[in-house]
Amino acid sequence: MLQKLSCTGYVRMCGLGGILNRYGERMPGREIIRMSCMMRDRYDGRGGGFAGYGIYPRYAEYYALHLFFRDEIAKERTEELLKDRVAIIKDEPVPMRRVKEIPQENIVWRYFVEVPHRFRDRREYLEKEEDYITELVFTINDCIDGAFVASSGKNMGVFKATGMPDAVAEMYKVEKYRAYCWITHGRFPTNTPGWWGGAHPFNLLDWSVVHNGEISSYGTNRRYLEAHGYKCRLLTDTEVVAYLFDLLVRRQGLSMRTAAVALTPPFWKQIERMPEPKRSAFTALRMTYSQAMLNGPFAVIITNRDTMVGLNDRIKLRPLIAASSEDCVYLASEEAAIREVENDIEKLWAPRAGNPVIARLNEEVREEVIH
Amino acid sequence: MVRNFPPDFVVRVDKEACINCMRCIRECPFGVHEYDKEKKRWKRHHDKCVACLRCAYMCPTQAISIERSPMEYSPHPVWTNRVRKDIKTQAETGAVILTAMGNELPYMSYFDRLVLDACQVTNPSIDPLREPMELRTYIGRKPEKVEIEEEDSSIRLRTKLAPNLKLETPIMFAHMSYGSISIEAHLSMARAAKEVGTYMGTGEGGMHVELYPYADHIITQVASGRFAVHEEYLKRGAAIEIKIGQGAKPGIGGHLPGKKVTEEISRTRMIPEGSDAISPAPHHDIYSIEDLSRLIYALKEATRYKKPVFVKIAAVHNVAPIAVGIIRAGADAVVIDGFRAGTGAAPQVHRDHHGIPIEAAIASVDRRLREEGIRHWGSIIASGGIRSSADVAKAIALGADAVYIGTAALIALGCTVCKKCYTGKCAWGIATQDPELRKRLDPEEGARRAANLLRAWSHELKEILGALGLNSIESLRSNRDRLRGVGLSEPELRVLGVKPAGE
Amino acid sequence: MEIPLRKARVSREDEFVVIDAKGVHYRELNELINELVERGERKLRLLNVNGQRYIADGLRCSDCYIEIHGVAGDDLAAFANGPTIVVYGDVQDGAGNTMNAGRIIVHGNGTDIIGHSMRGGEIFVRGHVGYRVGIHMKEYREQVPVLVVGGTAGDFLGEYMAGGRIVILGLERLETYPEIAGEWLATGIHGGAIYLRDEVDEDKLGYGAKTERLSHSDRRFLSEAVGKFCSCFSLNAEEVLNAEFTKVVPKSHRPFAEMYSDSKEG
Repeated sequence: MLQKLSCTGYVRMCGLGGILNRYGERMPGREIIRMSCMMRDRYDGRGGGFAGYGIYPRYAEYYALHLFFRDEIAKERTEELLKDRVAIIKDEPVPMRRVKEIPQENIVWRYFVEVPHRFRDRREYLEKEEDYITELVFTINDCIDGAFVASSGKNMGVFKATGMPDAVAEMYKVEKYRAYCWITHGRFPTNTPGWWGGAHPFNLLDWSVVHNGEISSYGTNRRYLEAHGYKCRLLTDTEVVAYLFDLLVRRQGLSMRTAAVALTPPFWKQIERMPEPKRSAFTALRMTYSQAMLNGPFAVIITNRDTMVGLNDRIKLRPLIAASSEDCVYLASEEAAIREVENDIEKLWAPRAGNPVIARLNEEVREEVIH
Repeated sequence: MVRNFPPDFVVRVDKEACINCMRCIRECPFGVHEYDKEKKRWKRHHDKCVACLRCAYMCPTQAISIERSPMEYSPHPVWTNRVRKDIKTQAETGAVILTAMGNELPYMSYFDRLVLDACQVTNPSIDPLREPMELRTYIGRKPEKVEIEEEDSSIRLRTKLAPNLKLETPIMFAHMSYGSISIEAHLSMARAAKEVGTYMGTGEGGMHVELYPYADHIITQVASGRFAVHEEYLKRGAAIEIKIGQGAKPGIGGHLPGKKVTEEISRTRMIPEGSDAISPAPHHDIYSIEDLSRLIYALKEATRYKKPVFVKIAAVHNVAPIAVGIIRAGADAVVIDGFRAGTGAAPQVHRDHHGIPIEAAIASVDRRLREEGIRHWGSIIASGGIRSSADVAKAIALGADAVYIGTAALIALGCTVCKKCYTGKCAWGIATQDPELRKRLDPEEGARRAANLLRAWSHELKEILGALGLNSIESLRSNRDRLRGVGLSEPELRVLGVKPAGE
Repeated sequence: MEIPLRKARVSREDEFVVIDAKGVHYRELNELINELVERGERKLRLLNVNGQRYIADGLRCSDCYIEIHGVAGDDLAAFANGPTIVVYGDVQDGAGNTMNAGRIIVHGNGTDIIGHSMRGGEIFVRGHVGYRVGIHMKEYREQVPVLVVGGTAGDFLGEYMAGGRIVILGLERLETYPEIAGEWLATGIHGGAIYLRDEVDEDKLGYGAKTERLSHSDRRFLSEAVGKFCSCFSLNAEEVLNAEFTKVVPKSHRPFAEMYSDSKEG
C-alpha cells in the first residue's frame, strides 16, 4: 500500500527553487510552496525554508531581524544587546501555526531596527552601516547561547526550520506573505546535523543563499573569509557562499558577473585561449581570488534586494534549470518544478556550468557567458 | 645507468636434491627459473621472485627454498629500502606504482587492542556444543514497529516487511570480481556460501552462467563501470550492492586491462573481448547524496522492490554522516570497507594512505545511526582486514550486523598473499584467467575449504558467545560493554565507545 | 499547504490505455504501468506527466509502446530492455541510463547524463542535451547503442566511451555557446565513435581522443541513423546529411596503459 504523500516522498534529496517578478510585483507565497513541493522526492525532511523579498513594505527602511531563541533567557540576553547597539522600532512574534510535523523548539521573534546617528562614532561601527549590522549578527550568533539570527536584511525575511518545506510553510504561514522574489530549499543533510539554523536559506543582510551539493573547498574558503572578518560558525558549507558574495560584491565592489568569475573561474586551459585583454583580467581574478574559488558539486541561488542569481560549479555536477515567462524568472533543480507553476514559459534552458544566470528587476534575464 | 635494485627474495636450490625435472619452470608464472640446455646450467632470476612459494611446494624433492634477500641498501630509518626502490621505479617509468592486497604500512590494529569479556561466577558461561546457540542474522531494513492483527487465537502480521537476507552465520564472502579472480574461485565461494547458508558478492564483473545455480546466495554488484548490469542480472541475485568505493582505494576508480578481457569475461561483463574495462572514480549518475538515492530507487523500481539494496563505501574521515545519509537515502544496508581492505590492483599511494580503520568506522556509524533513531532502517556490514573469528566478534560488538571476508577467503583457497594479483599470473590459480594456471584450483576442493573456514569461524563465534554467557549473536551486537581496550588513548576509547581494561 | 496526490485516472482510447498522470506519485504511476504490461497491454499513453521518475525502469517488453506527454522525470527507462518510448516534451537527467535495448524518442530537450552506460538500443533527442551525455556508453556483440541529438551537447560528451555511436547534428545552436559540443569532448574514450555535423577544434578534444576522416561505412551508418532520426521528427534527411561531419574516435583502446608501473617489473 502506498502511504499518504504530502511532501513526504520515497526518494529524498536537496532541491532548490526561486522566482523573481521582474516588474517588482509582489506575489503570494503559494507558488513557491508548490514549486518546492513538486521536488518533494529530493528531500529527507530535515530542513526546509523560504526567503521572501518585499514582505515588509511598511518597515522597508529598517533592518528586519528574524531571530530564533531556544528559551526566554536567550531572548532577554539578545534584547539587552540589541537595545545597546540599535534602535528597535518594532518587535513582535513571527506569526505561526502549530504543525504536528515540527516540534516547537524555538521562540521565533522579529525586530525592525535602525542604526541611530549617535551610534555611528562607536568602535563597532566600522565604515558602513552594513558592517555594523554584520558585526551585530555575528555577535548574537557567536556569543549568545541559544540565539540565532535567521535573517537580517531590509524588507525581507527568512522562514526556515527542521521539516519538509510544506510543513515549514504551513507553520510560518508563508502563503500569507507577498514578495517580488522568493527562494526555497528542501534539505537532505549529510555533513551536519539537521537543526533550525542549519536549514536554508542562509542569510546575511540582503544576501540569501540556497544550495544543493557540497562545497568541498569549504575549509579553504572559510579561512579566506575569516581573514576578512567573517565568522563561519553555522556548521555548514553554505554560509561561505553568502559571505563570499557579501565580501566580493558589497565590500569590494565587484559586479555580480565578475564575482561569478572569481567564484567559478574558467579552467587555465580556457583562460589561455582567451584574447587579450580578457586573458589578463581572468588570470588576475583567478590568481587573486584563488581561495574564494568554490569547488565541489553545487548549484546555488543567491539573492539580494534586486537580483536573483543561479550558479553551478565549473563542471556541472548538480542540476539547475532556468526559465522565463512574461513577468517572471524561475530557477529550479528540476524542470518539472517550474512547469508546475507556470503554463506560459517563453524560454526554458539548462545554463552552462559556471555561467551565472542573472535576473534583475526591470531587466531581461541573461546567462552571462564566462565559460 | 646501472639498475641498482636489490631483489626482495633469493631462490636457494639444494643442488644435491635437484633432479633437473624442470617442474619449477612449469610451475612459476613469473619466469624465475631458467635452464640452459646446452650449457646444462640453471639460472634463477631472483629479482622476479614474488615469494608465492609455488615452486617450493611443487618441487618433488623439496629442493627449493625462498628466502628474504640479504642484499639491501645501507640501512636508513627514513629512506627505507622500499622508499628507495619506489623512487627508482618511478624515475625509470614515470608511472604510478601499482600493487595489490591490503595496506602494508605498520598502522596499529585496533582489533588487537580490544579484548573480549568472559563469564566468571556472577553469570554462567554456556556450552555451545550442548546448548542452543544462534548465529542467524537478517540483513536489511526493519520496521519501527510491527502491527499484528489478533483474532481469537489466530494472529496475523499486518506490517509488510522489507526484503531481508537471511544469514546462518554473520560472515559473507566479499565482492571480488570475476576478471580479477577466476571462475573457479567464484564457484568455490558460491558453493560454500550456499552450503553454509550465507552469501557471496559478485564484484563488479557480473555473474558467470556457471554461478546461476547459486544465484539465490549471490549478491550482485552495480559499480561505476556498470559492467553486466542488466535487468535480468539484477533480478537474478539475492540482493544488489551499489559500490561507491572500496577501502583499498577510496575515491578512485579502477580498470581491468583489455588483455584480461577474455571471451568468457567479455560475455559475463557484456563488453567486447580485449577492450579495457574502465570503472570511473565516481558513478557518473551520482554526484551527491540525492543522486545515490535516485539510483537506489531506480534499482528498486527495476526489481519491483523485491531485492534489498546495499551501498558500499570506503571508511573515510566523515564516514558516520555519510553512512547515515546512505541509510536515509533508502539503502537497506551500508557496507563499510576499512583501510586495511584488500584489492586485486590499486595504486600503492592510495592503498597505504587513504581512509580510516574499520574498527573506528563501525563504532562511529553505529553510534550516529542510533543517535538519529534510525539504526533499524538499515544494517551495517563491515569489511576490510577481518582475519579471524575474534575480529568478527569484535566487529559485531562494536556495532556491525555482519562482516565480509575477502583476503581470508582467498587464503582459504590457497592464496599466499604475494601481492601480484594485478599481473594476472597468480600461481595458485585464483587471481588469473590463464587456463593453465586456473587448473590449479579445483572448485570442489575450494568449496570444501571455504565452507570449512566459515564453519570453523562460526563454531568459534559460538564458543565466544558461550564464554560471554550469550546464546544469540544479536545480544553481542553493539554490546561494547563486553569489550575493553588495552593500551588505547582516551580519545581512541571514546571513538570506539569502550572502557579501558580494568575499569 | 499540501499538494493533494491522487490516484491516476485510467481510460481507453482505441488500442491505447490512457493514464492521466497529473499529481500522481511516480511509484503509483510505475506500479500501474507494470501491472498493465503484465496484463498484456502494449500501448500506453501517459498524459500530464511532470517530473515523475523511473518510468519504464527495468521493463522487459520489446513490443511495448509508451507515449509520454509532458516532462519525463529522472532515469526514464533506466535498465530498460526493449520498450519504445516517445516523449512529447523534455526529459530530465539520466534518460536511458544503463539501457539494454529499446528506443527513446524525445521531441524536446534532454539534460545531463542521457544514455549513461547504455549498452543497446536507440535514443533520439530532437533538441539540445546537457553535460556528460553518452558517458561510458558501451557495445556488446550485435548490441551497438546509437544516440542522435538534433541540437547541441554540453561538456564531456562521450566521456569514458567504450562503444556505440553518438551523432550530434547541431541543427539549432545556443546563443550562449554556439559550438556543436562542449569542452573535454570524448575524454577517456576507448571505444565507439562520435560524429559531429560541424568542424571540431582540436583543443576541445579530451584525453585519448582524436579526429578521423569518415569512411564509406561511416557514411552508410550516418545515412541510416540520421534517416531514422529525421523520419521521427519529419525532417529532410538529405538536407541534414548534406554537410561536413567530423568523426571522433579513441587514439587507443588502452588509454591508460602507460599510467601504472609495478615496482617489481620496473
